[in-house]
Amino acid sequence: MPTWGFEAVRGGATDAAPRILAVEHVSKVFGGVQALVDVDFDVLEGEVHCLAGENGCGKSTLIKIVSGVHAPEPGAVLRFAGERVEGLTPVTARRLGIQVIWQDLALFPEMTVAENIAFEANLGGRPRWVDYGAMRRTAAQVLERLGVTLPTGRPLRELGIAQRQVVAIARALVAEARLVFMDEPTASLTQAETRALFEVVHRLKADGIATVFVSHRLAEVLEIAERVTVLRDGRMVGVYPAAELTQNRLAELMTGEAHEAVVRAQDRSAGRVVLEVEGLARAGEYEDVSFSLHAGEILGITGLLGAGRTEVAATLFGLTSPDRGDIRLDGRELRLGSNRDAIRSGIAYVSEDRLSLGLVQPQSISRNIAITVLDRLLGLLGLLDPEKERRLVAGWVDRLKIRIGRPEDAVATLSGGNQQRVVLAKWLATEPRLLILDSPTVGVDIGARAGIFQIVRELAASGLAILMISDEIPELYHNADRILHMRAGRLIGEFQPGEAPIEAIEAAVHA
Amino acid sequence: MRAAFTRLLRGQGEILGLLVFFAVVLVFFGLTTPRFLAAGTFQSIAFQLPELGLLTLAMLLPILSGGLNLAITFTANIAGLAMAWVIQLGGGPEAGLMMVLLGTAAALAVGALAGGVMGVVVAFVGAHPILVSLAMMIFLRGLGEFLTRGGDISGFPPFIATIGHGTVFGIPLPLLILLVAALLWQVLLGRSRFGFSTYMAGSNLEATRYSGIDTRRVLVLVYVLSGVMSAVAGILMLTRFNSVRVGHGEAYLLITVLACFLGGVDPFGGFGRTAAVVLALVILQTIASGLNLMGAHQHLATALWGVFLIAVMVGRWVWQRWSWRAPG
Repeated sequence: MPTWGFEAVRGGATDAAPRILAVEHVSKVFGGVQALVDVDFDVLEGEVHCLAGENGCGKSTLIKIVSGVHAPEPGAVLRFAGERVEGLTPVTARRLGIQVIWQDLALFPEMTVAENIAFEANLGGRPRWVDYGAMRRTAAQVLERLGVTLPTGRPLRELGIAQRQVVAIARALVAEARLVFMDEPTASLTQAETRALFEVVHRLKADGIATVFVSHRLAEVLEIAERVTVLRDGRMVGVYPAAELTQNRLAELMTGEAHEAVVRAQDRSAGRVVLEVEGLARAGEYEDVSFSLHAGEILGITGLLGAGRTEVAATLFGLTSPDRGDIRLDGRELRLGSNRDAIRSGIAYVSEDRLSLGLVQPQSISRNIAITVLDRLLGLLGLLDPEKERRLVAGWVDRLKIRIGRPEDAVATLSGGNQQRVVLAKWLATEPRLLILDSPTVGVDIGARAGIFQIVRELAASGLAILMISDEIPELYHNADRILHMRAGRLIGEFQPGEAPIEAIEAAVHA
Repeated sequence: MRAAFTRLLRGQGEILGLLVFFAVVLVFFGLTTPRFLAAGTFQSIAFQLPELGLLTLAMLLPILSGGLNLAITFTANIAGLAMAWVIQLGGGPEAGLMMVLLGTAAALAVGALAGGVMGVVVAFVGAHPILVSLAMMIFLRGLGEFLTRGGDISGFPPFIATIGHGTVFGIPLPLLILLVAALLWQVLLGRSRFGFSTYMAGSNLEATRYSGIDTRRVLVLVYVLSGVMSAVAGILMLTRFNSVRVGHGEAYLLITVLACFLGGVDPFGGFGRTAAVVLALVILQTIASGLNLMGAHQHLATALWGVFLIAVMVGRWVWQRWSWRAPG
């Protein structure tokens, strides 16, 4: 493969792989806040490295420094392939072969796959016209190297998120990457898609390209990485061989707190039945779904993405109507015309998509909590009473221990964990009898997850019936009383945490 | 006391900034134009402001909801036509108060209808408000020109002119109408469930719907109220000019959009306050009157509005960068 400029470098490697990147004493201050404090970080050639840490620990800042977006404070030393690098800019970083694939991928939805992969390589060359044939050839070559087939002539928008990820990786390869950073690449992938992505990463490794993974899915980190660098509060915690870590140990290193994993499942079937679903079906989404949920019970539903879990939740929340079947809440038959009917009946739904459906991000924390209970905030002349709103919000901020600046700040300024608490507050304010949680920890740090689950368990203990949808099986295993398994729109199994080992459930779901 | 004062000031930066700016405008014209600081100037501003002001209020609601209503000026014309038609049926110049009131009701109903149709299409079909209101604008203009054959409709009872030209305790009646309308908007947007929902829907329609707000109802109401406010402007125009002509006030359309943005309204919806928009209007009209007194050509004044608005946007950008860099 003569087009790959780093072959020669790799040829010179000795038995211990040389370091492709080594940075020492990296610090960064933003407006008086120390984002990074004297961090050392190195990646070997062809290594799969993982950068782990909670949101705000400095991972992104470190990547931005290494890719030339931010300049480090004086005193930092950057070496790339053994050469000292000064005054790195995004352009020089790319020229060296450092590529970053950000979570948003920065692709062009309306352009074809081939154009997305190869357009950069075709810019700036002479003659100054676009050679579509060459683009397609380049794209096809790179995809073949990755062992992937994609419709190169189709517009990117027709591709799923997993395939777009591959397009972004292919683009990095065309740019002759030697070190690729991937920011939360698996966040929106199913396990099967994650597998396929790992396959691609192994191909990169075989080509001598180093990959740095940023992820907070611990199981994945430990599976793919050879070494793990852990950051906490802008400081280096340490570098560990992945083989010597466990998920619990890694979580401890990232949060600085010990995490216990216990099974809390109990038999709640003696409790009053709150929700009864019988023979529920909706064409193309789910079929013959029946289950019951008791007061004080946390019922988990798991399954792969697209198994129909969220679709069932949408129907229970009145957003879609079922073709067949019955829904009974507290023994009463429900006919839901809209989600307003569902809310009035005592059903609350925490959407998996907090950014675009769960919260009105640009608006204030206060308004986001008040929105579900406006009719209880009325005062004189039927107008909204700001004092009632203030009291409502202060009450929930206190009860759920939401860490906020001021109630009028935009909800978007909060961390994922605190945003999720605001979502819980807005729904608990409606005093629901059934709470549906759809992937409640997406985008929430490990440390903050424990806090969310503690709230959820306390709610269940107070008698609320909770339906929790998640593809993070360990979360369900340690918090739910029962777990239902859904596949291709049908419920195909039920597990009791503690009775069935977690491995058995994972094997069944991913079979 | 002090805490209460800081709370009052918090979030009022936009209004404070506009007030400072207003003072600068007043001082500038006061120093350069001898006749500027006379009662006559403010009298003329007070009579010219309300038409533009009412139309701007009509534009404000749709913008806050994340849309736009390009049909406001022609809605005003058609509403005026409806009123004129009722008055002429009732005897033209000899028509009594009853017929004028009936005509007013007809004008408001026509405004509500025009707005309602747009609202239903925007809310239920999901079509873009720019396209929907553009279509409505073309329809209303065509309809109006067809009905009037492009001419003026006049011949109203003389007492109608008192609405357009009269004063109460020295305050021009049109200005009072604008103040009442602005106050209504202030309360509606700041303190009603509808206003709350309009802001939320303007920022994120789907998330608002998921929260249990009937967003379709909110959108329909937004455009109905916008149409009604346009009709009020149309009635005022009729009383001021003692005639109705389709196309009158057409030039105001884009000025209303700019007045909203000058008043700090987010072009993408979700944020903006009535008081700041009204203040921005007063500033725009003062500049126009000042330039007029200086002897500047009217068209030059319009051109300077454009320059001024661009300057405001650049100024805001500088201000934001500055406050972003400031620690804390």
